[in-house]
Amino acid sequence: MSNDLTERPPLEATPPSANHFVAPLEETPLLAIDVVKVADKPSNLWIDAWRDARRRPIFWISGFFIILVCVVALFPGLFTNVLPNNNCQLINSNGGPTAGHPLGFTKQGCDVYSRIINGTSTSLSVGIIVIVLTTVLGIVFGAFAGFYGGVVDAFLSRIGDIFFSISYILAAVVIMSVLVNYRSVWTISLAIGIFAWPATARVLRAEILRVKNSDFVMASEALGVSSLRILLRHVLPNSIAPVIAITTISLAAAIVAEATLSFLGVGLGSSIMSWGNDINQAQKDLRTNPQTLIYPSLALSLTVFAFILMGEVIRDALDPKARALR
Amino acid sequence: MGGYILRRLLQAIPVFFGTTFLIYFMVFAMPGDPIIAMFGDKTPNPALVAQLRAQYHLDQPFIVQYFIYIGGIFRGDFGISYSGVPVGDILLRTFPVTLKLAVIALFFETVFGIVVGLISGLRKGKLFDASSLVISLILISLPIFVIAFVGQYVFGVQLGWARTTVGPGAPVADLILPALVLASISFAQIVRLTRSSVIETSSLDFVRTAYSKGLSRNRIVPVHILRNSLIPVVTYLATDFGVLLVGATVTEGIFNVPGVGNTLYQAIIRSEGPTVVSFVTVMVLLYLVVNLIVDLLYGLLDPRIRYVK
Repeated sequence: MSNDLTERPPLEATPPSANHFVAPLEETPLLAIDVVKVADKPSNLWIDAWRDARRRPIFWISGFFIILVCVVALFPGLFTNVLPNNNCQLINSNGGPTAGHPLGFTKQGCDVYSRIINGTSTSLSVGIIVIVLTTVLGIVFGAFAGFYGGVVDAFLSRIGDIFFSISYILAAVVIMSVLVNYRSVWTISLAIGIFAWPATARVLRAEILRVKNSDFVMASEALGVSSLRILLRHVLPNSIAPVIAITTISLAAAIVAEATLSFLGVGLGSSIMSWGNDINQAQKDLRTNPQTLIYPSLALSLTVFAFILMGEVIRDALDPKARALR
Repeated sequence: MGGYILRRLLQAIPVFFGTTFLIYFMVFAMPGDPIIAMFGDKTPNPALVAQLRAQYHLDQPFIVQYFIYIGGIFRGDFGISYSGVPVGDILLRTFPVTLKLAVIALFFETVFGIVVGLISGLRKGKLFDASSLVISLILISLPIFVIAFVGQYVFGVQLGWARTTVGPGAPVADLILPALVLASISFAQIVRLTRSSVIETSSLDFVRTAYSKGLSRNRIVPVHILRNSLIPVVTYLATDFGVLLVGATVTEGIFNVPGVGNTLYQAIIRSEGPTVVSFVTVMVLLYLVVNLIVDLLYGLLDPRIRYVK
């Protein structure tokens, strides 16, 4: 707030002979009050969100953990020099921690710590491929359904309903049991992503229905801007925030889905390092050797927890209504 | 109301055909010849292959195969499991157990979820609220099989309070632990829904009016705040009940509950492809029907829903 109004110099005493009592025009420097601070960045939703998020300790904690997970996934060699599948010796079966093998051994005598480190990239890759798929499909379906309405909406929304009714876990179970010989990170991500997009599409559709009645959309129409251009340049950028807000949480859900499928034995092949596979292998030893089950579960849960916390922060930051509930 | 029912039923028709078609398409358009695969490594007799192809209608065009399959579903023929028992019979036998489990789980999540959510909402920003938020976030992050194993290990193996697997006949006492595990996921959602709804309702004018005319807190909280905050929670509970009825594959599998989900779990871990597909189809159809009923009931309860397109 400008202080110019309060710091205005006192009115000079006007001589009684003066026949008008209007202050001289030059007295208040109008420009000084009305000047637009061009040097300051214009604030918008994203800058506000960043300002809100960076004040919260949870943002930094979960952010640090997510970066750590990414580094582990990209450079597992920095954290362990034990190869996950070599040097598995049955003499170490279900063995406790020893020097160089801090978390003990699996039933096959493999190093638990090394398997966890090397399984990180699998979980993260599945999560990233799935959110790219769900975001792209969700934006295409949600944007067209919400913006064009009518028959287009009825058609696209029914397609969404169909994919939504088959829960993505069940759908992926069917796809992966059929694709016995083609199980890889790509197929499992496709199987999850192809059925997980309707949630994104529904969120975007609802937001676009709200935004498309705004005055700026009507203004663009009046200026003769083509409808596709209005959608891409004006409506979509103004309704994308809720989609971004659920992305991180979808990533966590995709990691859980991969682990669940691998746990059920229809996920990745046993040659691929995956926390779900390890948990599946360890479940029979719950009574005798619970730590082979606990450590991969802990790695999985902590990673998912970090992404969910980050998702919460992002959602709160992008949604002023959610801030009020805090 | 009549128009709403009709619209909702008409919407369900394309979804029914779409889902069944999609599942059928996924299975039959995938690489590999299912008949050849039946023989494993052996080279099959061509005459036998032709006979099997005709038996499973694989010699017909894809779309004809699909309609033969749909016709079967309408006659109540959902296929035959690997052990030769019709899938419909297995469903009739396992559904009561799943229903029992679903009711117990729903009871736990409703009672605990609403109570914790209400207290958090009334004490927004206090210690109770903060800790319930952290606990619900942790529960949301834990995959269901991790919760199940922790429950099994702590209460079953370490403390010995419950049996790790459900005994024959699925007595209620054995179902409590799996029901708690199932309830834990929705518990977090219900807490958060109740909390935000209570906070929103508490700031409305009629609550302020109630306070200013001197009503006691003991009357305002249950009658004015809670009752008006429960609409979104009841919706969630109804949908969740539908999900629970379809069967919790992983939880029922881990605790060996003889329910609908467990039969699918067993078929998956034994890699019985065709049985998996028929069970998934049945579950998706069951989900559609339950959801339709929930929507119709909801339209009956809340008149506003009927007029929203």
